[in-house]
Amino acid sequence: MLLIHCPHCGPRAQTEFSYGGDANVARPPAPEETDDRTWTDYLYLRDNAKGSHAELWQHIFGCRRWLRLHRDVVSHEITSCSDLPRPRTGNGS
Amino acid sequence: MSRYSFASLVRHGVMGHRGWKPVWRDPEPKSSYDAIIVGGGGHGLASAYYLAKNHHLNNVAVLEKGWLGGGNTGRNTTIVRSNYLLDANARFYEHGMKLWEGLSRDLNFNVMFSQRGVLNLAHSKGQLETFRRRGNAMRLNGIDAELLNRGDVAALVPGMDLSGNARFPIEGGLLQPRGGTARHDAVAWGYARAADRRGVDIIQNCEVTGIRRDRTGVTGVETSRGFIASKRIGLAVAGHSTQLAAMAGVRLPIESHVLQAMVSEPVKPVLDTVVTFGAAHLYVSQSDKGELVMGGDIDGYNSFAQRGNLPVIEHVAACLLALFPQFSRLRILRTWGGIMDMTMDGSPIIGTTPVPGLFLNGGWCYGGFKATPASGWVFAHTMATGQPHSLNADLNLDRFRQGRVLDEKGAGPYPWAH
Amino acid sequence: MSLGSFRLDSGGLIDRGRKISFTFDDRIYHGYHGDTLASALLANGVRLVGRSFKYHRPRGIYGLGSEEPNALVRLRQGARAEPNIRATQIELYDGLVAHSQNNWPSLRWDISSTLGLFSRFLPAGFYYKTFMWPGKFWPYYENFIRHMAGMGRSPEAPDPDRYEKRHGNCDVLIIGGGPAGLAAALSAAKGGALVWLADEGARLGGRCLGDGNETVRETIATLASLENVTVLRRTTVFGKYDDHLYGLLEHTGDHLASPARGMPRQRLWHLRTKQAVLASGAIERPLVFANNDRPGVMLTTAVLHYLRAYAVRSGKRAVINTSNDSAYRAAQILAAHGIEIAAIVDHRPGTKRRDMPGVEILPGHAVIDTSGGRDLTGVTIARLAGNGDTVRGSERRLDCDLLCLSGGFTPCVHLYSQAGGKLTYRQDIQSLVPQSDVPGMLVVGAAAGEFGGDEFAGGEAAMGRPISLSKSRRKQFIDLQNDVTAADVELAAREGYRSVEHVKRYTTLGMGTDQGKTSNLNGIAALASALDKPLADVGITTYRPPYTPVTIGALAGREIGVFLAPTRRTPMQDCHEKAGAVFTPAGLWQRPHYYPRPGETATDAVNREVLAVRRNVAVVDVSTLGRIDLHGPDVVEFLDRIYINGFNTLAVGMCRYGVMLRDDGMIFDDGTVARMSETQFIMTTTTANAGPVMAHLEYYLQVVWPELRVHLTSITDQWAVAAVAGPRSRDLLDSLDSSIAFASQAMPHMAWRAGHIGGIPAQVFRISFSGELAYEIAVPADHGHALWELLLATGGGFDVIPYGTEALTTLRTEKGHFVMGPEADGRATPGDMGLRAMLSAKKDFVGRRSLRLPGLAPAGRLNLVGLIPVDGGSSIPAGGILLQSQVAGPLPDKAGHVTTSVFSASLDKPIALAMVRDGRQRLGEELWAHSPLDGRIIAVTITDPVFIDPKGERLRA
Repeated sequence: MLLIHCPHCGPRAQTEFSYGGDANVARPPAPEETDDRTWTDYLYLRDNAKGSHAELWQHIFGCRRWLRLHRDVVSHEITSCSDLPRPRTGNGS
Repeated sequence: MSRYSFASLVRHGVMGHRGWKPVWRDPEPKSSYDAIIVGGGGHGLASAYYLAKNHHLNNVAVLEKGWLGGGNTGRNTTIVRSNYLLDANARFYEHGMKLWEGLSRDLNFNVMFSQRGVLNLAHSKGQLETFRRRGNAMRLNGIDAELLNRGDVAALVPGMDLSGNARFPIEGGLLQPRGGTARHDAVAWGYARAADRRGVDIIQNCEVTGIRRDRTGVTGVETSRGFIASKRIGLAVAGHSTQLAAMAGVRLPIESHVLQAMVSEPVKPVLDTVVTFGAAHLYVSQSDKGELVMGGDIDGYNSFAQRGNLPVIEHVAACLLALFPQFSRLRILRTWGGIMDMTMDGSPIIGTTPVPGLFLNGGWCYGGFKATPASGWVFAHTMATGQPHSLNADLNLDRFRQGRVLDEKGAGPYPWAH
Repeated sequence: MSLGSFRLDSGGLIDRGRKISFTFDDRIYHGYHGDTLASALLANGVRLVGRSFKYHRPRGIYGLGSEEPNALVRLRQGARAEPNIRATQIELYDGLVAHSQNNWPSLRWDISSTLGLFSRFLPAGFYYKTFMWPGKFWPYYENFIRHMAGMGRSPEAPDPDRYEKRHGNCDVLIIGGGPAGLAAALSAAKGGALVWLADEGARLGGRCLGDGNETVRETIATLASLENVTVLRRTTVFGKYDDHLYGLLEHTGDHLASPARGMPRQRLWHLRTKQAVLASGAIERPLVFANNDRPGVMLTTAVLHYLRAYAVRSGKRAVINTSNDSAYRAAQILAAHGIEIAAIVDHRPGTKRRDMPGVEILPGHAVIDTSGGRDLTGVTIARLAGNGDTVRGSERRLDCDLLCLSGGFTPCVHLYSQAGGKLTYRQDIQSLVPQSDVPGMLVVGAAAGEFGGDEFAGGEAAMGRPISLSKSRRKQFIDLQNDVTAADVELAAREGYRSVEHVKRYTTLGMGTDQGKTSNLNGIAALASALDKPLADVGITTYRPPYTPVTIGALAGREIGVFLAPTRRTPMQDCHEKAGAVFTPAGLWQRPHYYPRPGETATDAVNREVLAVRRNVAVVDVSTLGRIDLHGPDVVEFLDRIYINGFNTLAVGMCRYGVMLRDDGMIFDDGTVARMSETQFIMTTTTANAGPVMAHLEYYLQVVWPELRVHLTSITDQWAVAAVAGPRSRDLLDSLDSSIAFASQAMPHMAWRAGHIGGIPAQVFRISFSGELAYEIAVPADHGHALWELLLATGGGFDVIPYGTEALTTLRTEKGHFVMGPEADGRATPGDMGLRAMLSAKKDFVGRRSLRLPGLAPAGRLNLVGLIPVDGGSSIPAGGILLQSQVAGPLPDKAGHVTTSVFSASLDKPIALAMVRDGRQRLGEELWAHSPLDGRIIAVTITDPVFIDPKGERLRA
């Protein structure tokens, strides 16, 4: 069972977390302006790298933060676990 | 190679079994083939067999990086069923079911296909109604299905806890009587032997390291044993489909996940039917050797490790005891993991790819083993004709571009949720 | 021979002051405290203890611990009975009851042993070649196979014992309490590390048990005195998992007749360590020759162990068959304790040992066969020739009742292998050993192939090869438990099953409950010989966890019975139970399905509840709906991006219904959102999706739009919510002491107000699911019970009744409301549900882009519609499939399916909701609802889904 070093809560068992998939999949910032191909690439296509994999996990039974991990999907070794990039300041619109 | 018959078994028995010949040759790869199938599991071998048998394409090679049947063919819980809701899946798997029913005789190899029924349990009226819809859809697709009430379940599976005191009391279930199990290794071996007999070259310890293509399409594969030319290449490497497709520059709507399975120590017969729990994920049957064979959910995160972790095993154990408290003192003998191609809609992908001459058979999620005959049948058709068979027309890769996904569970584009 | 003559008068670790009686196959025997069942049986001269899996051959005790392939028994009785337990690992307790297995009518006279006569027709994998004709007979053949297979019988009653799980952390986990493990523990402990040491046995010491080794004794004593050392005895480290987590099974109660009061039977540890030291030792390898499986054939180390630890002679006259030096020391010890050594038969031609005066030593010889029926009476030996796999010259017979085998040692590298370690073949010890350390695991002692310690000294030599005999019919067993012979391995290779994994799967080699601990390497050797390849090139099968079998009850722990999953209870749950509600599961909740009165059927109760809502007033517990508080300056923007409809225009004090999608365009959830202030909203979700919606919102807020300043709090558990519905609901509320004005002018449809009701602080939302005038009253959870009692108090003369989810289903069906699951099944778009008008054109939202994909275009999709029976009275089959015609041809085109079917008490007729292809354009058309499962085919008419009050006048009343 993985041991995930949550930057807020410390080392915790994987069972406290839920998986969120490939962290390198970026949602197109302006979906309405994308073509079908770009949009379905985002929705459905994955690199599925065999080796180091950037992925999202949410600490659902902890701080509930979504975290970004680098994990080797063959050895399962986690090499980093951090918060997502800090929010930009602004009015959000 | 000799045909198996009662007489041949007796004759060889008298001779001390020294006369048996290898079930398949061990040929050196030729420099080119009419078709190459990458992956010597059940799907690849079945595809080669049907290419030769149905389409008279005999100059075919199956390339296997390790040993035949060493991937998911030899790692699953051996369940065979066609109890699907969506037409595209139901009709495809039912075609497979019909092939299963004649497979031992067709291959002249006993795959021990055992139709002892597959029972899905329901724990609420609402769940029973969703089963009712699926059962009706199955029946209209010509698939056997029976809706069972609690009494029927009790009669079918003696020893199951049907008391109202359970955490998730059993309301009834959906039974597919023709469902069951088969001996997984025998499926790979039987197809390999039958394909070899029709001239297919089965080449083990031959890893594909690259796929060559030019402007017109694929031209061959680089392997650990040299370049092998072919204008028709089929990938049947579920678990690693993305890796192989990437060699030809194709990205897939697939992630690899580990699915665990486990067996108990062997005991005398206690469970005839394949049973699935409806309140959490568990499927269990008893093998002909006497072991309880079980599985549950995938571990839930990308993995190529072929080994899993304790939480799923512990959950499977808990679910088993919810149904059969008397199995508490039995013991788990072995656990193992296999790498699944988990697709974005939970349904497989069999068909053409954007690269001419490159064909894909993958994305089997949990369901690959039971699909083996049907998968080989339609994949052979697709590779031989360049066009999908009517049964895999909807299982194409393009459906993701079109938004015509086949989401059997309605779980959305989250591979780990299917 | 007289009973008891096998026990020495002194020595051993047994307590001769504590005599114990036990029964085996219903016969009473005696042993001592400290015995195992195996040692006690041997002490009583019981040699035949079981029958083999396939040929039902007589078998005795072979090894000394978890490697034992033969001596499997059914232990205990009744609900505590358990099959396939190794006699070598059962600690004797007073009153122990054990039975032999896999025989009928008795262990001595087992009918199935006649199968051996036909065994020439039952080689490895014979079933793949036969049982195919005639095809329809296979089920009968298979039934026979199933009954012949299996070992013991499964328990039939629920387990009376308890299991528990614990979690631990340490710096160093030492696996194995033999000399190497003890030394490692001491060294780590002296450095100050937090050390845990686990050993399978009841006593530490491993193979040194009873040999008088002072260092070991002192180390054990020192470790016991150190506070930073935890010793777990009777504990197997069965698996290595990610991030240095180890699974341990501690047998806390198995050495007793039943677990001590308050104690579990077994305890499953999840132990996380920084470093593990694998000191699991090595297992002696047998030698392979004809009839090498009779009772009386044993591993030399086992014979030695029974002698030293239990003061038991395993026989009176022994032949020692060896291929290495370690057996000589053993022979001396055996001889010193009164076991006559008939001969030492050594495979190695050049051996010239002189340390056993008076004992015949036969270098370059091998035992090639044994004799005896159910017990060993002698062996046949011959001189070896060639590579040591053929014989020459005359054969000679030696009388003996004990044959000790010593073919070298196989390191126990299972956990190393599980940890991903690669094995390499070492020619000098003819074994597979760890190639290099894996991170976090150090392999030491015999497990690493270091046979320096006394107990393995001299074990470095050759393993014997299976001997090709002219009389090939005689079985040379490699895997004793699964009855796999050298001929089986040769047959597999001959037939082309040449990968070691193929051989394992074709012959079942190493797949028994012992996982081939004594057979794997001999199997590889036999294969190498058959393929004429060096052993190192043959490869090895994967070691799969667990190391030894793990009890399913221990894996489940406390999550059994009602504790399989938590049961969520609303604050009003007691009230529902008291009112006699019938419950239905909804995720982890148990919701009232309906509240039957005495003498009522379920249908009666539901109809009564529905009519109460339509005609009077009734109350339902909706506390299970998810509730999320959203707060922050960007909250409106956030909601606009999440929902398909807009929230910008929603005024404070008002509510709005909203639908959210997944990014693939499918409906994900729906519910109402109330605006509490300019910057605060409360969202409700469906019961099932409360958790997923929260995670969904957090995902978009944290991952996709981190710039939005919104704070989310799940408040489901903080509130108790009751919906009061029916034309008299306002009258009921008005009759209560409340600060809130419920009149329509003060509180119109979709308004919410805060205040108190009967002294309870409350938020009241005028929203309706039933289509009647209705109010949802949310109060702090602690007040839920009081609120429920207040609403249902009979004093006001309203005859208020509670209603359950079944009535709720009927009510919403009458109103044509879809729900997540039956209608919105994860494959439905807003357009499918007739919600196109809700789709905001002014903003983007999650899932919007997907609605433009070709597959989601409206034409040809399933639409939500209503159905009524053409004859007006027939119920519409739930889960029915809708076809164009009454006769279903093969593979018919489906027009759609029935999603929810109810009897509408309000309209006094059956109605249903359905999803129909292009259904909204087909209102008035007739279809046939087919339910082949129950043989029903009903003609139905497609209608608008809203059956009652399409203009919504009642809810605005």
